[in-house]
Amino acid sequence: MGTTLAEKLWNSHLVRKGEDGAPDLIYIDLHMCHEVTSPQAFEGLRLAGRQVRRPDLTIATEDHNTPTLDIDLPIADLTSRTQIDTLRNNAKEFGIRIHSLGDADQGVVHVVGPQLGLTMPGMTVVCGDSHTSTHGAFGALAFGIGTSEVEHVLATQTLPLKPFKTMAINVNGHLPDGTTAKDIILAVIAKIGTGGGQGYVLEYRGEAIRALSMEARMTVCNMSIEAGARAGLIAPDDTTFEYVKGRPHAPEGADWDSAVDYWRTLVTDDDAVFDAEIVLNAADLEPFVTWGTNPGQGLPLSASVPDPEDFADAAEREAAANALTYMGLTPGTPLRDIPIDTVFLGSCTNGRIEDLRAAAAIIKGQVKAPNTRMLVVPGSARVRLQAEAEGLDQVFLDFGAEWRNAGCSMCLGMNPDQLRPQERSASTSNRNFEGRQGKGGRTHLVSPLVAAATAIRGTLSSPADLEAPVGAFA
Amino acid sequence: MEKFTTHTGVGVPLRRSNVDTDQIIPAVYLKRVTRTGFEDALFAAWRGDPDFILNRPEYEHGSVLVAGADFGTGSSREHAVWALKDYGFKVVIASRFADIFRGNSGKQGLLTAVASQENVELLWKVLETQPGTDITVSLEERSIRCGDVVVPFEIDEYVRWRLMEGLDDIGLSLQHADDITDFESRRESWRPTTLPAKTEPKQAVEAARPTS
Ligand code: SF4
Repeated sequence: MGTTLAEKLWNSHLVRKGEDGAPDLIYIDLHMCHEVTSPQAFEGLRLAGRQVRRPDLTIATEDHNTPTLDIDLPIADLTSRTQIDTLRNNAKEFGIRIHSLGDADQGVVHVVGPQLGLTMPGMTVVCGDSHTSTHGAFGALAFGIGTSEVEHVLATQTLPLKPFKTMAINVNGHLPDGTTAKDIILAVIAKIGTGGGQGYVLEYRGEAIRALSMEARMTVCNMSIEAGARAGLIAPDDTTFEYVKGRPHAPEGADWDSAVDYWRTLVTDDDAVFDAEIVLNAADLEPFVTWGTNPGQGLPLSASVPDPEDFADAAEREAAANALTYMGLTPGTPLRDIPIDTVFLGSCTNGRIEDLRAAAAIIKGQVKAPNTRMLVVPGSARVRLQAEAEGLDQVFLDFGAEWRNAGCSMCLGMNPDQLRPQERSASTSNRNFEGRQGKGGRTHLVSPLVAAATAIRGTLSSPADLEAPVGAFA
Repeated sequence: MEKFTTHTGVGVPLRRSNVDTDQIIPAVYLKRVTRTGFEDALFAAWRGDPDFILNRPEYEHGSVLVAGADFGTGSSREHAVWALKDYGFKVVIASRFADIFRGNSGKQGLLTAVASQENVELLWKVLETQPGTDITVSLEERSIRCGDVVVPFEIDEYVRWRLMEGLDDIGLSLQHADDITDFESRRESWRPTTLPAKTEPKQAVEAARPTS
């Protein structure tokens, strides 16, 4: 019997097979750190008198609570400043490379790794952040870890792990116009639920996935964790190799050739068996938005707010009722009629250059809805510089949007970019949990295309709606 | 890590599924650089509600949380485990846990006991009809006792052994330092290193300013 891609990656990183129910010891090729989940890990090392085993396989960046305005001034919030200073001091003490605020390579950790060419096929990648699954888009086994594990990797460059189960997500056919990778993954999560992927590595396959760009593939893998999965994976192909080639850390010369030869073997064998398998037809997809407080509570934009009474499962019914109360929504309201206060374009899900380009193409020459504010936060400083070189910043500014510095920003509201209580956002990020974007804030997850159209119309909208007169759906 | 064999304490019924780690501890509390002192942050958004279960005097000293399915989903923040521990919880019982949360708990000596949803309902019933009832969780017997109800729970055998022995993972892995060195000697040359640092040409990043 053949092996799946996930199993191949696992086997090639096996330091030691566990005996008598003990976990396997897996080698980690790349460890990324940020300010929020690392301070206690470094402190643990210090207390135990341990060193970082491989500083040369470790990298740090500042992203979660950095401001997106006035980044050349001292950080106003003292606890945030302490946390950033702590990261800088730890990086210095343990000899770790760090990209700090103001550096062109600063940004959301999952945007920075691929951009530097540090993320490649065939690797194991970890970070104290659940959206590490993003890097699976390259055919790398990439997953989020907790702070104890961060300390473990710092000290040993390995992790004790039990093998994951494998699930194939086959997405056949072609995506219709106006739909994106974001709509694929929101539909997948709505289908299997927020716990559906628990214990699994999801391998996305099929025509629709092969057709996606690298950045779109990252969007899909990014949200694997929202289905509860440990990781998401896409087998590398020419699209992947082309993206990696020429990046600062990409292999060169003979190394490049032997790497590509090896990367081509990183596919699931035809006779391999997955533990579970689901099928989706891309042609059936529409722009997807969430109406509730977990990413599984999503529907096509053409639908209406569901009635909790229509859920057969008691727990789901209760969850839906709680969500609607929190979200301030009435069953039966067409999703397109929901007015939006803030549009957030950014995050490690949709803060890359292609996302900014796609949104800019829609808003160019249009006028922002008067009651809606739009925040554009590039995923990294490089993305910001690239967008400026292409003149996208001016498109956003002319439209009336705010053009910010890079970071996680309103994706999780640890910095001043937060929703006020009961304020409603259309957000290209990945989590619509209660209070995620600010206490009492209400989040609808959307694609960059829907975000842009929403900023124009002021209610949840897709680009197709722009041709219809405002109020046509009221 | 302290050895865990059995624990007895007040059971707290949390009738909610999908309690994500943003609910367990909101992001604003993650700015601290210490590993303790997170008790005030636990369920911070809900603690303001006088009807919230932990605000009821009978449950105030709870140490065994009985929650709905898919507990601990979302963000990988280990702070969620620290907050539960700092508040005084020793055990969380649910029918399903998110993987990262369960892993983090295991490292920190917080027991995550997987019981069937049916049995969780039984426990909820006892705890709600007789608030303040103790629950005894025996890791040795893999059993949960609450009033007249005795139900089994599941836990990974290895984690169980490690908790009962109170062993630290890093120490265990470092026993295999030779294997790690050996593995490193076989790594291919194309695999990237972060040092020396390579980047695209340095460019100045302008600071964005408030527009209004
Ligand atoms: S952008 Fe959001 S999801 Fe991504 S790493 Fe930052 S906080 Fe996490």
